[in-house]
Amino acid sequence: MTTATETAPKKAPPVTQKRRPRDTVAGWLFTGPMLIILGLFLVVPVGMALWVSFSDWTGRGSPFASTVSFIGMDNYKDLLAGGGLAERDFGTSLRNNAWYVMLVVPVQTIVAIVLAVLVNRQVLKGRGFFRTAFYFPSVTSSVAITVIWLFLFGATGAVNKVLSYLGIHGPSWFQDPSGILHNGLRAVGITEGPAFLVDTTVLGLPLWDWLAGPSVAMTAFIFMAVFTTSGTFMLLFIAALQNLSGEVHEAAMIDGANGWQRFWQVTLPQLRPTLFTVLTLGLIGTWQVFDQIYTGTQGGPGKTTLTPAYLSYTSAFESQQWGRGAAIAFVLFIIIVLFTLLQRWVLRERPVSRRHRRMYGTPSKGANS
Amino acid sequence: MSATPVIAEVPATASGTQASARQPKRRSRLFLSSTSLLYAVLIVIAVIYIAPFLISIATSFKSDAEAASDPLALIPSTWTTAAYGKLFLNSDFPTWFTNSVVVTVFVTAGRVFLNSLAGYALARLDFKGRNVIFAALVAVMAVPGVVLLIPKFLVINQMGIYDSYAGMIIPLLMDAAGVFIMKNFFESIPASVEEQARVDGAGTFRVFWSIVLPMAAPALVTLVILSFQGSWNELSHFIISTQSPELTTLTKGVASLASGQLSQDTQYPLKLAAAALMTIPVAVVFFVFQKRIMNSSAGAVKE
Repeated sequence: MTTATETAPKKAPPVTQKRRPRDTVAGWLFTGPMLIILGLFLVVPVGMALWVSFSDWTGRGSPFASTVSFIGMDNYKDLLAGGGLAERDFGTSLRNNAWYVMLVVPVQTIVAIVLAVLVNRQVLKGRGFFRTAFYFPSVTSSVAITVIWLFLFGATGAVNKVLSYLGIHGPSWFQDPSGILHNGLRAVGITEGPAFLVDTTVLGLPLWDWLAGPSVAMTAFIFMAVFTTSGTFMLLFIAALQNLSGEVHEAAMIDGANGWQRFWQVTLPQLRPTLFTVLTLGLIGTWQVFDQIYTGTQGGPGKTTLTPAYLSYTSAFESQQWGRGAAIAFVLFIIIVLFTLLQRWVLRERPVSRRHRRMYGTPSKGANS
Repeated sequence: MSATPVIAEVPATASGTQASARQPKRRSRLFLSSTSLLYAVLIVIAVIYIAPFLISIATSFKSDAEAASDPLALIPSTWTTAAYGKLFLNSDFPTWFTNSVVVTVFVTAGRVFLNSLAGYALARLDFKGRNVIFAALVAVMAVPGVVLLIPKFLVINQMGIYDSYAGMIIPLLMDAAGVFIMKNFFESIPASVEEQARVDGAGTFRVFWSIVLPMAAPALVTLVILSFQGSWNELSHFIISTQSPELTTLTKGVASLASGQLSQDTQYPLKLAAAALMTIPVAVVFFVFQKRIMNSSAGAVKE
């Protein structure tokens, strides 16, 4: 590599100097390996998968062989309007994952903020210990945590043991396919939904079933997600808190704001950039549930822990429906992109309304944006 | 999912608040009780976060029957290492462990080298196409990994490296987040030293290798930790790139244990022993480099 770049250098250059030709050679040589790997294992694969999603390839031989034919949007149609099992499975997986996202993202964010604020107190002794304790689950492999979870939430596991001390008979978590919202309604005597919810189906699934809530099994995975990710996000919030300027905080204190008001009206607005990051990472991560399902439940019980990512895998690698598997992956990709854009739009920086400005003054931006 | 990729260098240190030091005196009693409340809350939460690990380790030393009858006990009534014996003597566990070590070592070494090369080029070399490469990397980071499972298999299969170490290792070398860490770090160190070396006639690679890289030791350690953690905990890539038992890694092997492909019973002590053993290397790295891990993760995305 050195030989290619051994032209005599000019004198120490100012910033706006002309490009050195040897920099161009070296630049491409240095980034070359990364670019080749990127091209081979990202760009090319995505192209191939796009073709497969429009084909009837069954996994035998090359997807480019002459026996494989182009079938247009058929794989996508099967999923989104096929009326068959493929559509119902896909709908079910979306339902399951949507509940997972809806519960995990807000809960893990709130837990992370609370932990960060608690741990960030100046007076606190043993801050390092607490931070370590909260962060450790984040570095452990999802396989190991899932194994632990299968045991803790087993029918005779630790969680049910604790519940039994409180006089509660715990469910056999990972065998229970009932939705928690349906269970709640059953507790108040509602066992069947209104006709229009039962009769209207979306993606092969009655609306009433969409509203079942996460199954008890999925709920255990939701706890697990909060357990494993809140530590990571806590660190992001701690870093942001440490970069806040103390002046605004002090000014608010002099103005007589109590701790609660200071948190909501001074600290939280300043955390906005971090909040944005955490929500984005959360949304992207929670739509990709795979490891836990592969290790733990394989989509069961009653398909209530089936997720699009896992369904995509089983369609291709187990049912040999490669076109369908690839199509699911692309739909999932689009969903993730849409959600990220939607969330960007919801949390966009809005101009402060006049009334609001009069009441609080213009809030200062985060110190670290 | 546990390891969130991180994107920036160590954070600028706190311009912390001194507000709490100016508490009015009359508040001190309220302050004291609120502090003990704070500790109480924190300790309860910490117990919730730590207990699963302690209970699991304890249970791995119990008999199957005791694991079911007394799942909470932190001290087994009769200690047995049967689970560990079985793992080491009557299972493929040693093979899994070896494979994980091999893959992790190669992936970590490869990533550290390639990431710092690319990071240096993007930070310091002013060349045509740099902005395009940078934009491509940002785009890559936005592609969710799970979506790439089938695509990656297609290419690995087509290239004839399915079910081989090459297929397990090479695709994992791609690590856009790592490139960003290195790029940010190189941008943070002054360029004057290298400029001097360049004037003295050293080639670009030489400047990089013997002058810049040694200065980048802190960032390299961060990168080693993250790569180690990432490849040790990787599961989905090994599912789609291998099938033979000789190439099974720890994550894949323990996952098959967990889903009961090897036996009928629950066998919690065995599974938990496997989970504990596979966690030890990550835990050791974590506790040794604790400060740095926390800082680097915290430094993420704060730009």
